[in-house]
Amino acid sequence: MHHIDKETVAHTARLARIALSEDETEKQREHFSRLLEMVSQLHEAELPDLPPMHHPLDLLQPLRSDEARPAAGTDALMAGAPAESDGLFLVPKVIE
Amino acid sequence: MIGDGGIRALREALDQGEFSSVELTETCLARIAEHDAELNAFITVTAERALEAARAADQRIAGGDAGPLTGIPLAHKDIFCTRGDLTTCGSRMLEGFVAPYESTATARLAAAGAVPLGKTNMDEFAMGSSGENSYFGPTRNPWDPKRVPGGSSSGSAAAVAAGLAPAATGTDTGGSIRQPAALCGITGLKPTYGRVSRFGMIAYASSLDQAGVLARSAEDCALVLQAMAGADARDSTCAHEPVPDYAGELGGSLEGLTIGLPAGYWGDHVDADVADQVCAACDELERAGARLVDVSLARCNEAIAAYYVLAPAEASSNLSRYDGVRYGHRCNAPRSLQDLYERTRAEGFGPEVKRRILTGTYALSTGYYDQYYGAAQKMRRVIADDFAGVFEQVDLLAAPTAPNVAFRIGEKSADPIAMYHSDINTVAVNLAGLPAISLPAGMVRELPVGLQLIGPHFSEARLLCAAHSLQQRTDWHRSEPR
Amino acid sequence: MRPAANWESVIGLELHVQLATHSKIFSPAPTAYGARPNSQVDWVDAGLPGTLPVLNRSAVEMAVKFGLAVDAEITDRSIFARKNYFYPDLPKGYQISQYDRPIVSGGHFEIDTDEGTSKRIRLIRAHLEEDAGKSVHEGFRGKTGIDLNRAGVPLLEVVTAPDLRSPREAGLAMRKLHTLVRYLGICDGNLAEGSFRCDANVSIRPAGSETFGTRVELKNINSFRFVERAIEFEIHRQIHRRVSGEDVVQETRLYDPDKNETRSMRGKEEAEDYRYFPDPDLLPIPIDTTILESARRSMPELPDARKQRLIDLGVARADAVTLAGEPALGDYFDQVRAHVEADPQITANWVLVELVGGLKKRDLGVEASPVSPQDLAGLLARIDDGTISGKIAKQVFEAMLAGEGDADAIIQARGLTQITDADALTRQVAEVLERSETQIEQYLSGQDKVFNYFVGQVMAATRGRANPDAVRELLIEELDKRKS
Repeated sequence: MHHIDKETVAHTARLARIALSEDETEKQREHFSRLLEMVSQLHEAELPDLPPMHHPLDLLQPLRSDEARPAAGTDALMAGAPAESDGLFLVPKVIE
Repeated sequence: MIGDGGIRALREALDQGEFSSVELTETCLARIAEHDAELNAFITVTAERALEAARAADQRIAGGDAGPLTGIPLAHKDIFCTRGDLTTCGSRMLEGFVAPYESTATARLAAAGAVPLGKTNMDEFAMGSSGENSYFGPTRNPWDPKRVPGGSSSGSAAAVAAGLAPAATGTDTGGSIRQPAALCGITGLKPTYGRVSRFGMIAYASSLDQAGVLARSAEDCALVLQAMAGADARDSTCAHEPVPDYAGELGGSLEGLTIGLPAGYWGDHVDADVADQVCAACDELERAGARLVDVSLARCNEAIAAYYVLAPAEASSNLSRYDGVRYGHRCNAPRSLQDLYERTRAEGFGPEVKRRILTGTYALSTGYYDQYYGAAQKMRRVIADDFAGVFEQVDLLAAPTAPNVAFRIGEKSADPIAMYHSDINTVAVNLAGLPAISLPAGMVRELPVGLQLIGPHFSEARLLCAAHSLQQRTDWHRSEPR
Repeated sequence: MRPAANWESVIGLELHVQLATHSKIFSPAPTAYGARPNSQVDWVDAGLPGTLPVLNRSAVEMAVKFGLAVDAEITDRSIFARKNYFYPDLPKGYQISQYDRPIVSGGHFEIDTDEGTSKRIRLIRAHLEEDAGKSVHEGFRGKTGIDLNRAGVPLLEVVTAPDLRSPREAGLAMRKLHTLVRYLGICDGNLAEGSFRCDANVSIRPAGSETFGTRVELKNINSFRFVERAIEFEIHRQIHRRVSGEDVVQETRLYDPDKNETRSMRGKEEAEDYRYFPDPDLLPIPIDTTILESARRSMPELPDARKQRLIDLGVARADAVTLAGEPALGDYFDQVRAHVEADPQITANWVLVELVGGLKKRDLGVEASPVSPQDLAGLLARIDDGTISGKIAKQVFEAMLAGEGDADAIIQARGLTQITDADALTRQVAEVLERSETQIEQYLSGQDKVFNYFVGQVMAATRGRANPDAVRELLIEELDKRKS
């Protein structure tokens, strides 16, 4: 059994910026343990030394010509904003 | 009106003036109004937009300018951004989000004259195999409303199976078109990775996601894919391969076609009755001229393992943009930036999405990358190479799409790992980026069973041809619920 | 303030060079600075669901150009990676950057030290990435405003090896890279607008030690002056800690130019885990021969080559360094020389002293000079052919700066032509000597210095127009007559 402690779950949740209740943390811990058990065969398998596969197709990045097009505009961008003022998105004060 | 004849029959009726696109659309809208309260296949019905498009289509038809899809109603999975419509991806996070632009796939269908009926229900952010993970409630299987339709393209599958729409778009990251198609008794095509542009399709796992079609027949899938496929300058990963005339190539003989039966896909994990029924469908392929051979292709469990590392890893990053700053859900009165993020995301995402984000975050974090993400990428290569090797011996592979028939709503929702195993016969295809089709192969315990055909990269025409041949010889795809 | 002699400082720089493309690195939105907030933001830049990045060819070409200019290795099939972290000005929750296969690796450049020598500084890498937006902390009643106009502007992050050993060297390296990117035309170099930003990694170690000390990352040192001051302060802070028995803590510190100090950045306490992985939305970048060849073809003469060419011409090393250090100045010099074959050092003096001085008074850049290189060449030609003296030329140049016309027009209008006519000068010399009895006696009695008095008198009488050499000759001739 892959043991994952609560602190690891809590740390992961902080990295992912998801608040977890005590109960959710415990459920997630159990899930992690079972999932890691399931995926453990990845390192049990004897794999030939192959390069990792990032993409299903062996293609190269197309390059776009450097032409600017007018953007959507401030008002269009702000249309869905949960909090906005003078064309800027608002968030709680960021302390640097 | 949406009878047995599929899109081709509708096309003829429209062209001959038997009914108009507006009448056809109204019929679909009426069926949605009648049945969707029970099925919950749609999140949003865009009746006005549909009728407007239908009127335009009728003009095109009158002007002799109709293409194969002009005036044909379609439903779109709510993962495609459609300009001016609500696009939720089945999530509270995007409740109320109005897409300001149109996805390439839906734009091409619109340009072909297809009529957009609305946006179909789905597992949140395409994460699920049952349709139960939608913020907007579970979709029900038209064959038995107590059962799931499969997922994540649950609404699209249910809508087509119930005759609410002749065909629908879907997306497939680990089986999300093929598995619900199998469980709902319809035909579902997952094209080669990169065959259809991902632009405007909300990302779950970018290197696995692929748009495709759910319809009543292989022929209908061919017609819809024809309009969607092709290179797109807005998606760097979209293939430049020329698009063949899928519908035009249907009807060829299966003589000379070798179909492999991969042992690993027919193992004990597959319900015996389901296996028997799919086997009977394979026999029918043999009778149509194909040669069946056993091939050794396994690693289904390894594929599940690799998939449930890679897809969550990509998802954890893809879903970081949902932060309550620019659009979408935002928690009330955030006390700090941290609070804004953590509460917004805790409220906006459902349990399965959170599970996968956390899994992916863990798999990518320092100290675990090589052990999980790196190892899974290697396994992915091994699996892709396995397929490439097999396709040197055979033209297509045949296997059950799903290991079981549709299960009861709630049956597996408490056990995510058991749910993940619903994808056991479908995920390897996504890891390798291959095209595959699921088609009805008869019934087990009064529920549909799906046969999956898998082909090498860009072999959609061959897959459709084989599927069409089978459908010419059998009536499984004509069965309708109730 | 000099670092204690028994400590050596070890400094490496990280420069964020905004590439001068028209559109953003992954979207077609424009990149102009100073537009209305959030008006230059494509859906891609705002991280809307379903949007995808498409790579700008110019950004790749500019990175390749930089790589070739610093003699680095250009990586074919370099890949983009996602750097995952949450910040409100980072719309996708990840920055598209490069991790294990940067487009440029290795390379080096030279700095010209104050001692008149060159020092080679190695580069570790240069990679492409997207810029983030801007957070505005003032004016929103206790909230922070987010402007995404800058989000997605292409950046080349240039990382030097820890080869710099003093704040001055760090300043010189920053200047040199600034010069280089402007020569290459890949960056406008505007520090005030943030087009060229610098972070520094600073550590100290006992002199002679080979191991590295704990390094501190300094941020917000976006001017040549600040970079030197901030590092100077930081070195002293670290020495002070070590001398008083404390450890240097690995951290990020922000430079405050008003207080001239660095302070620890709060909120960076919990080390971020960026979870880099290859971006699945982007594919390996092909660097084919077309890109390499066109970059080579468009490569201008680089600063070091120009410096050497000027030294070979006969320009003093320090002047060559200054002229080559500023592309506009070097171009000006070369254009003057294209129009007149004057002495290179004299030409350099005119450009560096008279032109630069005159422009400074008027608060103008070389690009906005009211005197064109052609006009200055015209003036130098008049000195060369003896029409005016160097001294008169300075008056003429002042008038040219004031917009009174070209050299010939001013010389004509003011009647400044040099008097070389022997008869006229002989008359002036005679007049001066006639009224200088006392001085002649002094001169004849051996007080040689008085000679300059006669010269001065003649020059004054001609309002400077007399050819001083001719005047000297005539005076000697006349005075010699009186010796006998």
